[in-house]
Formats: sequence, structure tokens, C-alpha cells
Amino acid sequence: MDQFTLNLLFVGASFALYIGIAVWARAGSTSEFYAAGRGVHPVTNGMATAADWMSAASFISMAGLIAFTGYDNSSFLMGWTGGYVLLALLLAPYLRKFGKFTVSEFIGDRFYSSTARLVAVICLLVASITYVIGQMQGVGIAFGRFLEIDTTWGLLIGSCVVFAYAVFGGMKGVTYTQVAQYCVLITAYTIPAVFISLQLTGNPIPALGLFGTVESGEPLLAKLDAIVTDLGFAEYTAAHGSTINMVLFTLSLMIGTAGLPHVIMRFFTVPRVSDARWSAGWTLVFIALLYLTAPAVGAMARLNISELMWPNGTNGEAVSVEQIDNDPEYSWMATWQKTGLLDWEDKNGDGKIQYYNDANEELQAKAAENGWEGNELTNFNRDILVLANPEIASLPGWVIGLVAAGGLAAALSTAAGLLLAISSAVSHDLLKGQLTPNMSEKSELLAARISMAAAIVVAVILGLNPPGFAAQTVALAFGLAAASIFPALMMGIFSTRINNVGAVAGMLAGLVVTLLYIFLHKGWFFIPDTNLFTDADPLLGPIKSTSFGAIGAMVNFATAYVVSGMTKEIPQEIKDLVESVRIPRGAGAAAADH
Amino acid sequence: MSEETTNAANVAEQDKGYWAANVRMILISLVIWAVVSFGFGIILRPALSGISVGGTDLGFWFAQQGSILVFLALIFFYAWRMNKLDKQYGVEEE
Repeated sequence: MDQFTLNLLFVGASFALYIGIAVWARAGSTSEFYAAGRGVHPVTNGMATAADWMSAASFISMAGLIAFTGYDNSSFLMGWTGGYVLLALLLAPYLRKFGKFTVSEFIGDRFYSSTARLVAVICLLVASITYVIGQMQGVGIAFGRFLEIDTTWGLLIGSCVVFAYAVFGGMKGVTYTQVAQYCVLITAYTIPAVFISLQLTGNPIPALGLFGTVESGEPLLAKLDAIVTDLGFAEYTAAHGSTINMVLFTLSLMIGTAGLPHVIMRFFTVPRVSDARWSAGWTLVFIALLYLTAPAVGAMARLNISELMWPNGTNGEAVSVEQIDNDPEYSWMATWQKTGLLDWEDKNGDGKIQYYNDANEELQAKAAENGWEGNELTNFNRDILVLANPEIASLPGWVIGLVAAGGLAAALSTAAGLLLAISSAVSHDLLKGQLTPNMSEKSELLAARISMAAAIVVAVILGLNPPGFAAQTVALAFGLAAASIFPALMMGIFSTRINNVGAVAGMLAGLVVTLLYIFLHKGWFFIPDTNLFTDADPLLGPIKSTSFGAIGAMVNFATAYVVSGMTKEIPQEIKDLVESVRIPRGAGAAAADH
Repeated sequence: MSEETTNAANVAEQDKGYWAANVRMILISLVIWAVVSFGFGIILRPALSGISVGGTDLGFWFAQQGSILVFLALIFFYAWRMNKLDKQYGVEEE
């Protein structure tokens, strides 16, 4: 059986499984559509949240970004896990006690203002749509690879699949499907990593293999450092960027994690307040299984690629064009070339492909000496690394098919969760909550599905010209959530001083400055070439657009505090509400406000 | 004062104590959270460079794996501690 058929088989089988579960658990009522009837066990909920959370950014993109920069991208690892500490300690139990369905319902009630609820909905929509763009990028790459077509076509086909799939059920269908998706994605991520770790270090646990030694007895990371510096690239384990930017970037990802509507929504679906605390922990257990493996995947893939391009060592002859064309070990290069995400060119016509950093002066001297005319591995999109990894390591065909299925599971589960958050924001909060309160359940569900379709169309249009690699696009979404939603939720629980005007002013200030900073660097509405600054030379010192969320959050806190101090104190019944949210006693089942 | 109002006052007093204990737990946990990630993983990494771990230094390990393990321990410790506090202050769910 050839690889193409094998991929189709794995992807097809996994899809049949998800659709089967979605049909079986189809949501009947609005309550089931949004919150799965609150009958979900913390461990099950944790697994589903982990699948919901780990998206194309975590599965497809993150290890690739770490592989090509090393230590500097550790922010993704710390940021996307550290946020769960904030969630578990600062938000989850209290929001569960509050007992409504959506994040904006809490903000609307706590700040006794329908304007606050509306602003929260807008913030959620901006963050979620940016996030969906990143997912669609991942979907495009995964479909492009396994159908062996250009990523643009992959994106278009993928969006149809995501749509068909997301409108099927609501949270209930999605919860059980996501448990299945978690199992598929974690197996798909771990198996190739175990194989590769065994090949390189002899240790079957990739997380330990990363700090292990290679056959020669040399530590893996020391060997990697030596090879990449030989090729003129930055040392893998060393810090290169600005410390301030790294701290702010990590903080933005952490705060953003705790401010993302589709993740927070999950903690509304556990039966009790104490379950909300445990559930955050279980979620992180399931996430950590992938996140502890990811840095090993990155480092080992970087080592494998460098050695494939320089099979005779960095001082020997580079790989020949003939070998790339004929040797089965290199056949992955031709398959990936079809997606438009990998390319090479024999610039100096010597029949060899020299891969090195042609911006490095030392290497330029070496190149002049050897007659090289620039780096000949002309395009290596970081987002392909995880999907190509089993092929790069010459693993068996079924592993490659499994990874294709896993990548799609990751992208699909998150896209579905986000679309659900978007549709509930539009139909439940915006239409039912504000514009047409007398809407029937049936038309509410219809509105939910129409808004899902609209969100996909917007994401596809913007996803064709993404503002960065998938994980970077997603990082922007986190910055937006960090600057707008998290501060409002936290102040709503921990302060009895912040009033309606303060919260609205804070959210708007945080969202606007962050969005402005992103657009200044990434182009207005992410339209290419409309940016005034670049992340290589940002407006404010070392602070890149992906790191600005933390600053936006501080602006939000400060604005809310100052404005609340100048306006009317909050009424007694809201103070009572805050007091009651803080105490688990009498949580009971939650109710929708209609 | 009737018995009922005394009880209500007692409950309010207890709730205050519970919340103060909770906030203290949160603060301690967040200090640890920040020290392992922003501290050991980023800002204090140069200070830890003397301690080597598998071909690199301890700061690199904290940045790529150590902080995640500490985060996990923190969340479970907090959940366990809070469930005990809930009972101690009589604020648990029925």
C-alpha cells in the first residue's frame, strides 16, 4: 500500500470515529448545546479540554518553532502551561460557582451592565476569530500534505470539513468527540517521538532523551549546539533575544490562556466547584504529556535535518541533488515540495545542496572559499516540521499516517471549540441577551450555526495571508484575550471596587491598545504590507507584537482602577454577588438567564 | 440579639476567614509559579548556569520542562488544600 492510501485510511478512520460519536451524542436542547448538561467527570472534562486547547499551534507548529530557535521559544512551553495555574487559582472555581453558561454573562451580571456584556462579546469575538485563523492555517497544511496538494487548496477543503463537523453537535457532541481526538492526537504525537528518541539516545522517553546522550556518549544538546553553530546558526540552548520581551511574551501567553472563552467555558461544565479545581489540574496533566515531549521533538528533528543535509559531517560534502531525488531516505522532500512549503535550489550548480546560514559572516567566508552561493535549502516552513518528522526519521508508513490524523484531530477539535464559543457569543449573548430576547430556542440554534459559517469564511479569507506561522498567529489571539477578558474576570472576582464604567473602560482600553499595536506591526486587519513597523524593529524597544498582550492587560487593570475610583461605588447587591461567588457553599446546578 | 442573627454573623465571620486563607494560598502559589518560570527559566538563568543538566544548564531545563512539572504540582496541591479548607470552614457544597 502506498503512503497516500495509508494516510487517507488513517485520516478517514479517525474522521468516521468522530462523526459517529458526534451523531450519537447529538445535542437536543440549548443547555446541552452549550454546557453538555453539566454531567461531565473532571477527568473526562480535563481530557476534552486538553484536546480543545491543544490546537494546530501546539501539535503542528510549536515544536517547529522551538526546533529552529531553541531556548528562545521556551516561552510557548511555559506560557501555554503556566496559564492553567492562573485559571485554577484565580478563575475556574468562582466562575463555576457563579453558574451561568458564558464568560460574557458573568461580566454582564458582575458589572451590572449590558454594555459590559456587549464589550465582552466583542473582545471574545476578536480573540476567537484571530485564533481560528491560526487553526485554519494548520488545517491547510495538514490537508495539503496528506492530499499532496497546495496548502491554499488544503485550506479550502479543510474549512468545508471543519464547518460540516462543527455544526453537527454542540458542546455535548464536542465533549465526547474531543476525548477521542485527544487519544488520537497524543498517540500520534508520542509514537514517532519515542521511535526517534530511541534511535538517537536509546531512551524510550523523549522528555528524558532530550537531556540524554547520543551514541558517541556526547550529550544530545551539546552535539546539536556544535552542529548548528558550525552551520552559522545561533546556538540552540543559549538565550539570544531580549529578556524583557521573553518575560512579556511568556506572561501574555499565560494570561491569554486564562482569558480564552473556549477554555473557560469548559469549567462551566463540571458538576461541582471542587471539580473545577481538579479539572484544571487534569487538563494540565493531559497537556503536559504533549508539552514535555515537544521540546524533545524539536531538538531531535533539528539534529536529524542537519545530519541529513550534511551526511558526511559539517566539514564534509553536502548532500547531492541526485541523492535527494533517488534515495528513499530523502523522498519526504519531494512530497513536501508539492505543498509549496519546502524547496531547494542548486544555486552554484555543483550538484550539491548546501544548507547553512548565509547571513553569518564566518559562514560567508567559508562559502566564498568553497564556491557556495548562498543557502540552497531555500524554503523550510517551520510549520511542516512535526508532520514531516516521521518521514525525516524514516519511520514506517503507518506512523506517518497516524501523525497526519493526529494533526487534523488537533486542528479540528480546537476549531470546533472556538466556533462553538463564537456561535454562543453571537446567538446567546448578542442576539438573545441583547437584541431579540424573545427568540425561540430553535432560532437561537439556527443563529448559532449561521454565525459559525460566517466565522469560518472570515478565518479562511484571513488565513490565506496569515500574519505569521500558525503558533505565532495563535499567540496574537492570546495577547488579545490577555488584554481584554482576563483582567475583567479577575477584577470581577477579587475586587469589590471595580464598577461598571471602570470595567468597560478597562476592557476597551486593553483591547484597543493591543489591537493597534498588533496592526501596526502585522498590517491593518492582517493585510500584508500595510504595517508601519516590523517585529524585527518594534515600536516600543524590544517589545514584539506577540508580547504586547501583557502590557495591554496592565493598561486594562490600571484604566479600570482609575475610572472606578472616579465614578459611583458599586451597589450592595453586586457586593453580595461577589461575596457569594467566593464561597463554594450552595453552588447547585447553574441556570441560563431565560 | 436573636439566635438567627448571631448565626448569620458567625457565618459571615467564617466566610471572611475562609477568603483570607484562600487569598494567602493563592499568593504563596503564585510566588512559586513566577519563580520557576520567569525566575529560574528566564531572568535567573545566568545565575544557575553553573549547574549542568544533560549538556546544558538548569535554567534551560526549567524553561523547557521543569516549570511545567512545578505548575502541575501547584494546581493539585491547591485543589487538595482548598477542598480541606472548604470543610474546615464549613463552606463546602452539600
